[in-house]
Amino acid sequence: MPAFTEWLKRALLEVQDYSKLTMATARCAVTRPFYWHDFVEQLDAIGLGSMTVVILTGLFTGAVLALQSGFTLDQFGARPFVGRLVAASMIKELGPVLTALMLAGRVSSGIAAELGSMAVTDQIHALRALGTDPVRKLVVPRVLAGILMTPVLTVVANTVGLLGGWVVSTQNLQVASGLYWSSVVDGLFLEDVWMGLLKPFFLGFIIVTVGCHVGLRTRGGTQGVGRATTNAVVAASVGVIAMDFFATQLLLSLLF
Amino acid sequence: MAAYPERLRGPARCRPGDEPVVVFEDVRLAFDDNVVLDGISFKLYPGFTKIFLGASGSGKSTVLKLILGLLAPDSGRIRVHGQQIERMTENELFTVRDHTGMVFQEGALFDSLTVGENVGFKLYEETAMPLPEVRARVEEVLGFVELGPFVDRMPSELSGGQRRRVAIARAMAFKPKLLLYDEPTTGLDPITALTVDAEIIKLRDLEGVTSVLVTHQLRDAFYVATHGATRSDEGHPIVAATSAKVEEADFVMLRDGKIVFEGSADELRVADDPYLRAFLS
Repeated sequence: MPAFTEWLKRALLEVQDYSKLTMATARCAVTRPFYWHDFVEQLDAIGLGSMTVVILTGLFTGAVLALQSGFTLDQFGARPFVGRLVAASMIKELGPVLTALMLAGRVSSGIAAELGSMAVTDQIHALRALGTDPVRKLVVPRVLAGILMTPVLTVVANTVGLLGGWVVSTQNLQVASGLYWSSVVDGLFLEDVWMGLLKPFFLGFIIVTVGCHVGLRTRGGTQGVGRATTNAVVAASVGVIAMDFFATQLLLSLLF
Repeated sequence: MAAYPERLRGPARCRPGDEPVVVFEDVRLAFDDNVVLDGISFKLYPGFTKIFLGASGSGKSTVLKLILGLLAPDSGRIRVHGQQIERMTENELFTVRDHTGMVFQEGALFDSLTVGENVGFKLYEETAMPLPEVRARVEEVLGFVELGPFVDRMPSELSGGQRRRVAIARAMAFKPKLLLYDEPTTGLDPITALTVDAEIIKLRDLEGVTSVLVTHQLRDAFYVATHGATRSDEGHPIVAATSAKVEEADFVMLRDGKIVFEGSADELRVADDPYLRAFLS
């Protein structure tokens, strides 16, 4: 029982610290000074830096979706509708979630490792000693860049996914190119597009804030940095799946 | 309490009319059940040096973090540059930190920035000083610690001693009135440690900076207390300090979060408390 109480106390403290960090981030994001240079640097690191992994993920996800659904649709003589299925799955769900999971692995872990190294070598204390707020300097640029770049990367993943689906549909399933694209357009409703575009904002927020929170709390030298990196990926991935559920529920009630 | 002797000296000496730069009044701090500081009181006057000695875990570095507001005490009062800081918010503390520099253990240099960017960090990021002036100031302080040619190097390319000297340059770049040194010579060989000690002495005697030095290296502590720097045509030679100057450096010995000795280098040398004798031997 004492072990459970201790665990509960630690979990509550963690939630409290995370909430305090997100509130401080929100406050710092709307007040001066704003570190533009760091923001642009993070747009590049999170956005351009993740492009390759996101393109590859999107491409193969779209391709395998077409492959799997094509053969299933065959059983109902509905092979020409493969584009509709690929579009609906990619844009509403798989595009945002898989992109976010890739970013959890790449961005969240990178942020946790970077801030964790700074924490264990006293660089965070040094920042404060030099009169710089670590939340303003390190967290705000990363969070804003993450929130902005996740939707952009999701759009890229969706587009490439549709292309992957098109390649498989035309080459493997012998579906005419025009038929595939018209099926894609038919399968999409404006609400679906909004859902696919809005969800990544929430997911991007989770990915980056979890990375920053875990990184800033790192203790225990290089071993601690390794632990923080692992924790960040695990927590951000679970956070993405959970946030996907809640964001979908919210958007369904707002959009439909 | 009875196990420890009372403080062996009265209040620290000061020049007439001087207001203390740092005042601790009955400061206590504990992390869960671990009492780190237990009723610490002392005063530090402008231009003077306070040298904190003690075994690892005795609370020396915590004193520096409290002065800078990186930690807040559980009880007691802390005044720095005339301002009560123990209940200040982070934003309010930035004004106090504008006049206080700190040299961290191992330097804590930003490893993604060059030496020059590290040294000018506060001036680049937190002031409106024009860039040419910042560059000139960076060159000036790097020249002071004799690392002028290293301005474009990365911290990973420097030796341990050079990293500490860059950390000193970074801490002095914005001309603070108070400098805090956290184990600045730990892990350095004796020759390199002397170069770091020399920078501390030069800053105190040539720039008039009030200093708090935390160390468990007795040799460095006594060297800083008993030497002084002068200006001459050949540079800034380090010479034996006058007895009046030696009196301006106070030693404070911490044990289990309590002050067990406060006095000058000479008083520490002749102290007959068994713990102090064991520490000095």
